[in-house]
Amino acid sequence: MSVDGKFGDYGGQYVPEALMPAIEELEDAYERYVLNNEDGFMDEFRARLRDFGGRPTPLQRADRLSERYDREVYLKREDLVHGGAHKLNNALGQVLLAKYMGKDRIIAETGAGQHGTATAMACAHLDMPCEVYMGERDINRQRPNVFRMKLNGSEVNPVTVGRGTLKEAISETMRDWATNVEDTHYVIGSVVGPHPFPSMVRDFQSVISEEARTQAREKMGRLPDAVLACAGGGSNTMGAFAEFVEDDETELYAVEAGGSTLDVDEGAGVAPNSASLTTGSEGVLHGARTRLLQDHDGQIMESHSISSGLDYAGVGPELAHLVDTGRVTAVNVDDDDALTAFHRLSQLEGIIPALESAHAFGYLEEHSEELGEFVVVNLSGRGDKDLESAIEETYERDIDIAPNMDEFTGGL
Amino acid sequence: MSLADAFADGPAFVPYLVAGDPDYESSLEYVEALERGGADVIELGLPFSEPIAEGPTIQNAIVRALEGGMTPERYFEFVEDLDVSIPVVCMTYYNLIYRYGDAEGPRPFVQKAAEVGIEGFVVPDLPAEEADPLREACDEFGLDLVFIVAPTTRGDRLDRIMQQVSGYVYVQARLGTTGAKSNVSDQTGSSLDRLSDYDVPKAVGFGISSGEHAERIVRGGADGIIVGSALVDIVAQGYEDGDSAKTTAERLETLARELKSGAVDGVSQRPPHSERT
Repeated sequence: MSVDGKFGDYGGQYVPEALMPAIEELEDAYERYVLNNEDGFMDEFRARLRDFGGRPTPLQRADRLSERYDREVYLKREDLVHGGAHKLNNALGQVLLAKYMGKDRIIAETGAGQHGTATAMACAHLDMPCEVYMGERDINRQRPNVFRMKLNGSEVNPVTVGRGTLKEAISETMRDWATNVEDTHYVIGSVVGPHPFPSMVRDFQSVISEEARTQAREKMGRLPDAVLACAGGGSNTMGAFAEFVEDDETELYAVEAGGSTLDVDEGAGVAPNSASLTTGSEGVLHGARTRLLQDHDGQIMESHSISSGLDYAGVGPELAHLVDTGRVTAVNVDDDDALTAFHRLSQLEGIIPALESAHAFGYLEEHSEELGEFVVVNLSGRGDKDLESAIEETYERDIDIAPNMDEFTGGL
Repeated sequence: MSLADAFADGPAFVPYLVAGDPDYESSLEYVEALERGGADVIELGLPFSEPIAEGPTIQNAIVRALEGGMTPERYFEFVEDLDVSIPVVCMTYYNLIYRYGDAEGPRPFVQKAAEVGIEGFVVPDLPAEEADPLREACDEFGLDLVFIVAPTTRGDRLDRIMQQVSGYVYVQARLGTTGAKSNVSDQTGSSLDRLSDYDVPKAVGFGISSGEHAERIVRGGADGIIVGSALVDIVAQGYEDGDSAKTTAERLETLARELKSGAVDGVSQRPPHSERT
């Protein structure tokens, strides 16, 4: 664990000078309230996670997957957290922290809208005004999530510069923060950004592995042989891994979005995947040194994934470090296999997973024999949000286990 | 000419443009027009795809320059092709400096910058805490490293920055991102007061768009003014209206003259007790 914000060579605080005092203030608050439970902060956080968030979430035996793969497969059901994904764990923690710090305004970025909706819920719950920055293209693709945020009383600010996706939204939120730094807290949505965000977001999300570790012992009398989690920025990944890092008997697999291909088109500045751990290189983006999808010159590339929650050109610095040291194995699953896994889990277990989480199940399908007798998959979110894109994407492909798509695609 | 020399004779006018905005050839003319208009130093932006410290005006300029094919390699050619005698300061984001060349770290970029005659750097996403490798490379090749001091910078942080800074210190006139404003912030005066004990030229930027602003900032004790967005606006307007590069260059030169003479007037209006030597 890091106290200075460095994970090997990764991490750090690469931000404009105007933000540094706020970063230092946040470091201080993180140490006092989160690490030392000053004023009972962590007690209140845990109580609210329980009553408002619905924790603890079950560690459920997946009977039909266990039969299919001839081993014990358990699901950590983060899809059952209020809002339908693990994102609330972090959003609730940071909005509560902002209140303890005396801030009176919350800003956040969002890509597909998962972090934005979680932040909007937490802000309504804790009575904090909230503005969410979202790329214009994403706003058009994710109208239900925009409506959810507005239902909870948040403002949604469109970001029109660049290509209007997550990385532009993060940059724009940093600009707002640099302007309003004295009264505003920036609730970053993943284990990315300048220290202390990667450590703090990990700590808020580590409730996932803390529960899973205890539940594994209760149900199986031992720790799992493998834990699988999808990885974009890496917040559910670090949450699912954090408490297992010291357990040498448990292998940790970060499943990235392989997109359509791992090949990169440098000329167009496009990486048709989001596999920064697998194919990225070291660089500095959004406040931290980490692994990035970038061209030869260091310009950041547009990433791609069928799941917008994984669609980001960077990754958390601690996760990058754990991959470099060999503690975490980085693997990837492409769009086709993730979508097939989405259908499979829906049919076999009665759970429609988020397309993000489906990547982890795609890996399980192909590599179950390498994963030991007892496997835990972090089911980071539910797939209701993805139904529109699942219809479109399934229609374009030949997936034999999918329903007959003709009756759903009249409008395509 | 060194940066120190550029600040030696009265208030320095430090304009900023993005290299290659909107194209290579026009951009060369624009920088040269600024020198004719009285520029003492040019802050020349090397465009990065994620410019988190810039407001909309410069973000759009960066998009135009990147679409026009500007790269670090082309940027160094651009500096060599520039026909100016004033010092050039490279303003860019750390990832481009860090990634350049085959070796790890900032040294190859700094070495190349020194070869083409660049005098210093401003790196808005590199606070003093992370700056040691770049500072060392700058020392090795004799380049200056300019740091930004924000209205929120005080106490130990200010000391730490002022120990690392060389050339001049970039005094950020208000919180937020770059961009021209119709009024200039009152935060400038207190920032300059906090810096008065440090023996480095203080150049104020963020929001200056007219000769009257320049005059007021210099009257308040600044050793120089940095103007970006108001000039980039002229480039953007010319681009959108389809004006010739010559016409846009003339407009830039005119605003440059206004800004420079505003700065010079500001010195003569300083109250006697704040007269600087």
